Amino acid sequence: MYIEIVDEIDTAQVYKDLSDAGSGGICVFVGAVREFTNNEAVVSLEFETYKSMALKEMEKIAAEAIEKWQLNKVVMRHAVGLKKVEEPVVVVGASSAHRDACFEACRFLIDTLKERVPIWKKEVFSNKSVWVSAHP
Amino acid sequence: MKVLLFGIAKDIIGTSEFEVPSEPKYPSTVLELKDVLVRLFPDFGKLSSFAVAVNNEYASEDVSLHLSDEIAIIPPVSGG
Repeated sequence: MYIEIVDEIDTAQVYKDLSDAGSGGICVFVGAVREFTNNEAVVSLEFETYKSMALKEMEKIAAEAIEKWQLNKVVMRHAVGLKKVEEPVVVVGASSAHRDACFEACRFLIDTLKERVPIWKKEVFSNKSVWVSAHP
Repeated sequence: MKVLLFGIAKDIIGTSEFEVPSEPKYPSTVLELKDVLVRLFPDFGKLSSFAVAVNNEYASEDVSLHLSDEIAIIPPVSGG
């Protein structure tokens, strides 16, 4: 498995990471910076992490997925720092013998990352910045 | 007792590492630590929630704290 916190996501790398002779299916999700939140223009996103714990949580999630769906390879890679509109911020993916397993696993990887991994996103607008999900 | 702060928790206290006061005594559990933080910094009470990690693992409120532990405040996460 490839578990990393990086400054820049290289989306071209993920196919090489997941490609595998035993895998007939490779499924990848890329999360990117969207321009609008509730009709307000986002200038950039700023990501911060508690790196040692984030890596540990991502390893646990990847291990759960490998066991549940019999995956051959898994990638979980998240960027930190300032990211502009359209830039990729997260990539997760899985390879498996058949496609059903990697589709389901890929969804689990990103959904569980968002729930549990200690990474925080600040939305920067022209007139304010907001830590996402901090307040009810 | 030192705690690491991230995201909005860092903004609330204004630093990335906070020294929890030893008087009257150090908090002995996660619950006591959360109570101290909310008392000293009422803005913690306005968050959707916040968790505590002990030695890089999410810790439930009854987990004991020791001075040698790495303790971190985990406000609502928002990766992805």
